Amino acid sequence: MSNIKSDTSEALTRTGSIQLLWLGLAATVGIAILMALLSWASALTGSSTATLDAIDEDSETVTLLLRTEPPQLDSTRATDSVSISLLGHVMEGLLRFDENNQLAPGVAERWEIREDGATFWLRPDARWNDGIPVTAHDFVFAWRTALAPENASEYAFILYPVKNGELINSGALPIEALGVHAVSDRILEVEFEQPLAYFEELVAFSTYNPIREDFYRSREGRYGADVEDLLYNGPFQMTVWVHGAHVRLEKNQNYWGRDRIRLNVIDMPYFTTDATSALNLFKDGKVAVVDYLGAEQLDEVLQQRWQLQRFGDGSVWFLAFNFAPDRVTANLHLRKALQLVTDPGELVNRIIKLPGNLPGESLFPVWLQGVDTFFRQEHPVQQITLDADAAREHLRIAMEELGIESPPSISLLVDDTPGAAKQAEYFQNLYRTELGIDIRIDRQIFKQRLAKMQSQDFDLAVYGWGPDFADPLTFGELFASWNPNNNGRFINEEYDESVRLAQSSLDPKTRMEAFARQQEILIEQVALIPNYERGRVYITDRRLKGVVRRAVGPDPDYTNAYITPSP
Amino acid sequence: MYRYTLKRLLQGLITIWFIATATFIAMHSVPGDPLINERGVNEEIRRNLEERYGLDRPITEQYIIYMGNMIRGDFGISFTQQNRSVNDIIREHFPVSATLGILAIVFAGLGGVLWGALTALYRNRLPDIIVMFLVILGISVPSFVIAALGQLALVGLNGLAGFSILPVAGWGTVLHMLVPSLVLGLSTMAFLTRLMRSSMLEIISADFVRTAYSKGLPPTRVFMKHQLRNAILPVITVLGPAIAAITTGGFVVELVFAIPGLGRFFVQAVQQLDYTVIMGTTVFYGAFLVFMVIAVDLIYGLVDPRVRLE
Amino acid sequence: MSNLSLTTADFEPIKLQRETQTISRPSLSYWRDAWVRLKTNKRALISLFIIVGLLVFTIAGPWIWTIDPSAQDLDQLSTPPGANRVAKIVAPYHPWAGVTTEPAPISTQPTWATQEVRLAEPATTQAVRLEWDPVPAATGYRVYRNIYDPEPDGALGLPIGEIYDARRVSYEDLLDLSPTRFWYSIVATDDLGREVAEYTTLVVDVVRVITIDQAVVAGLEGPNGPLELGDEVLIKFHPLGTDYLGRDMLARLMYGARVSLFIGIIAPLFFVLIGILYGSAAGFIGGKTDQILMRFADFVVALPFLLFMILFKIAFGIGPGESGIFPMLVALVVLSWPATARLVRGQILQIREEAYIGASQLLGAKTYYLILRHMIPNTLGVILVTLTFAVPTVIFVEAFLSFIGMGVAPPTPSWGSMCNEGIQTMLNHPHELIFPALFISITVLAFNLLGDGLRDALDARMRSRE
Repeated sequence: MSNIKSDTSEALTRTGSIQLLWLGLAATVGIAILMALLSWASALTGSSTATLDAIDEDSETVTLLLRTEPPQLDSTRATDSVSISLLGHVMEGLLRFDENNQLAPGVAERWEIREDGATFWLRPDARWNDGIPVTAHDFVFAWRTALAPENASEYAFILYPVKNGELINSGALPIEALGVHAVSDRILEVEFEQPLAYFEELVAFSTYNPIREDFYRSREGRYGADVEDLLYNGPFQMTVWVHGAHVRLEKNQNYWGRDRIRLNVIDMPYFTTDATSALNLFKDGKVAVVDYLGAEQLDEVLQQRWQLQRFGDGSVWFLAFNFAPDRVTANLHLRKALQLVTDPGELVNRIIKLPGNLPGESLFPVWLQGVDTFFRQEHPVQQITLDADAAREHLRIAMEELGIESPPSISLLVDDTPGAAKQAEYFQNLYRTELGIDIRIDRQIFKQRLAKMQSQDFDLAVYGWGPDFADPLTFGELFASWNPNNNGRFINEEYDESVRLAQSSLDPKTRMEAFARQQEILIEQVALIPNYERGRVYITDRRLKGVVRRAVGPDPDYTNAYITPSP
Repeated sequence: MYRYTLKRLLQGLITIWFIATATFIAMHSVPGDPLINERGVNEEIRRNLEERYGLDRPITEQYIIYMGNMIRGDFGISFTQQNRSVNDIIREHFPVSATLGILAIVFAGLGGVLWGALTALYRNRLPDIIVMFLVILGISVPSFVIAALGQLALVGLNGLAGFSILPVAGWGTVLHMLVPSLVLGLSTMAFLTRLMRSSMLEIISADFVRTAYSKGLPPTRVFMKHQLRNAILPVITVLGPAIAAITTGGFVVELVFAIPGLGRFFVQAVQQLDYTVIMGTTVFYGAFLVFMVIAVDLIYGLVDPRVRLE
Repeated sequence: MSNLSLTTADFEPIKLQRETQTISRPSLSYWRDAWVRLKTNKRALISLFIIVGLLVFTIAGPWIWTIDPSAQDLDQLSTPPGANRVAKIVAPYHPWAGVTTEPAPISTQPTWATQEVRLAEPATTQAVRLEWDPVPAATGYRVYRNIYDPEPDGALGLPIGEIYDARRVSYEDLLDLSPTRFWYSIVATDDLGREVAEYTTLVVDVVRVITIDQAVVAGLEGPNGPLELGDEVLIKFHPLGTDYLGRDMLARLMYGARVSLFIGIIAPLFFVLIGILYGSAAGFIGGKTDQILMRFADFVVALPFLLFMILFKIAFGIGPGESGIFPMLVALVVLSWPATARLVRGQILQIREEAYIGASQLLGAKTYYLILRHMIPNTLGVILVTLTFAVPTVIFVEAFLSFIGMGVAPPTPSWGSMCNEGIQTMLNHPHELIFPALFISITVLAFNLLGDGLRDALDARMRSRE
């Protein structure tokens, strides 16, 4: 009986497995057909991406990845670095940044800045990609649109130096009152609200880009939303924009400086925020640049013998305090105690571990220009010597003043990026071991963190500030009492006075001395604890040269890039 | 049958209303402010933004307007991608997620049936042990670890070959789909393999199989008609829930493999508190799942004569 | 017949006998029967032991391995298990002014190669101080560091320093120093600030050092009495290595287990409990109420799970210093109860119709007896199985939320968040991924196999053929 049974099952096993083999083959063929069908179908919906290699020498194509999808490419509304970088490739303002990061003539071939205004003479060969010349009217229209209250641009404030800008933006004046006029098609006249030392820096910013009125109106509110909803006057024009998947830039044959541009195509068929995926794509020879790396990836890069480069992205990161009277952080001695045990060097060397990050010493980063040389060389920061004993003494006084028995518990607001959490944990441990202060980490998603910042619902916050233009004012203004981004409401009359002076003066020496005073006040009052000036480490394919990284303006910039033949 | 279908569809519509309401309530109780941004803006602009998105109205009115628009199939304009409608976003990105999901389901379903049957035939022998090891992997390792390891394996494979056999990330061609959908389908495949194995084992020694065999039917026929066909039935029942698991499980795979699907957009939208995109995606997914479950039920009724639809 | 002898005792009336027959085997209760069957299932039994072991690890572990899981050992960042722990005692760190020279006379023929690079002081994990002979006509220097030999292709490695002052011919490296071999390369820059092609490389072996103060804080002692400069000590031992902030992995895994297993067990307990109450209410009351209750459960089932999990997670919000475990629990319970409710209702409706219930009723059983004796034991088995299978699902959900950055808040460790951190450093420090991933996998597997075993043991109808 048992014999028969096992015989049957053996026979069944044999026939069964042969049957399964056939079924498996059929399934494989079926899946292959299904996949072919699906890929055909998805090609119809237009979400397909090319699979060229990182560098294609014959067609002078370079393949890259984008971190995120640009929300839109309407220059009046763009705020994020990806949009601004793309706009820097497909659009051009009056001035642009050249390959050495210097201001160079863009649509304007020459210009004149006066105390009360400026005049720009536009080049005759600047054209939109449909062949129509770029005129002064296009700038007038764009600037008015950016300031129009119903446009609700977040970067409208960058146009406030233009006469009546702020009043128009708050709805008090009609947009026609803006101090900008097209004298002719090729002459643009600008009136200032008050004397302005850095207007050249401003007009290179993407919010100052031109927009052609007839085209803008024809898009009926969709301007910049898609590839056909945008007119281009920059070195490149966009030819493909599959949302979330693929952006393709091709050389703009109507661009006045087209002979200068050496790449034919910049293809971006990968969108990923995941650093590991980005590195994997590079390793696989699919992308030519990974524009920043994490410290965890450096060993892998070294092992692969790739060429590492670094640059400072211009931003300054610090611990911001809440100065609301009901918060313990309003107490100077408490802030002083924290300052005296915080070693930005340790944070940079042991926790962040990325070369290029500089230990933070001041709100004003090292790269800012002073009168003759760097601002920080002309006005060195007052050094803080770490002193745990002095810190504990300050803490004791603070506790006395606050009328509390034990060291206070302080909340630390951070966003939900892994790096921020890591730093928060470091600070938590540091202040607990050195001062016995209990730090309660308050990690929030992006918008919730912003809401908490702006409603002053924090004690301490990890905060970063990137420059809008290359003048110390972009940092100094931050702690002015009227600045909406002064979230902790640091109020100091002398500081305000000094910011006003720096805003209105045209004399470099007076201005730099004002910034130096601001730097002193911030350290004396412990208005912030500087953490680091952010550096980025990136890798590029050895064949790709001329990639420009910069702190202010479109970054990364491939307009000057070129391919060298492989050896 | 028609009455049953109609009734199910009507229930489905009510369910979708419930999902939409629940999403609306959950989202509006999220602390934070979708209109806030890094650079502070003045009052006038703030008012204009609120007006544009209708956030200046009372919450009940917002709800009524939203429901009204939804009935007309309009999910509104995205908060972050200010010039795009949520309908556009869904139309462009859902097909990607769906393609990935369909492939994963097919892999999981076919793989589960084949492996399950194989392991049942070779019970406790080498093929069984090898497949069961894979099954254990699929069941016990978190999906994001599998996805990351899968991508790493691809890089290694291409490195060994010296050229790119399969792309490591991105989307578009057949080759892009292969590994992500395998990774996505793995855990479901593991689950179905186990299910198929035990159902197959039950049937191998069932009386009707022995009868069929002893009355002289050829083994091929016994295997195909009697065993496999009957063993597959329980697998079909769980396909409905499996579809739900796979569609939402696509998040991880989309993030790791840089695939422009809807799941990735949802995660970003949550970070940005993009109300309209969150609402649109959730309601759309919910509706999709509701109708998938109805469809699976109806199909099951057609396949299995023992099930009566009433 | 004949030898039948009767005594008077035989005519005594028989006493009432309670026990008419003895059962040869002890009667098996439902649970004991299940236990016997479970015991024969080796896999389930091993799984049960593993789960008990994990619970012991979680609860008792921190009593035995008393290292603080949040203590940061900045001298041992991301150290794998079994790394060399020898450290030399040195004086505290003192700032270094560096070396400057007068500008070298610009030769007519600039030479770009640096003549010599040397260590200004012995290289330690405190600092590596390099100095070099000035290069004529250089405008500045770049300092690179590699963990591999730059030859033959000139891969200089990390660009750790940029010097814009031609007179400055030294560099102090403090960045992430570990006791290993470094190749430092110095490149001069020309008058346009471009790097020249030539470079000089110095191989440096870095020695791990700590100061006396640090050693005392860490509770280390010298070989003979108090510590002196130059002594060699063994620094803190971390059996499973450390994470990116130098925290002990073993201690973190134990505390992470508390979080992961807590969520993994408590959440199912709660939603199963709610499911039982809801389901049995619907099942007992029946009629219109039943329909309404079940329709509502259907609605909740239809909510896309992960999407709502994320939504709820942020809607409940996490305040400063909170771990976010509670909102996660609530979200899980709110979304997961209907499955159990359906199951319990189905069971109760089914059991109500069983013949033995009818028989029992005919024999005069009261409702409470029916519930206690029949309903509960018969549904408990199914519920227990559901509970066991729910644990791995919840552990996965927690891990998934950590992956998209919405898990428990730092510094609270959980296996999921540790896994997610480990993935970032997968290539360099695999131990940071392997250990938490292994714990998740083992736990999930153990609960799954135990669930299978329980199902087989508790429910004859659901028993698979193994």
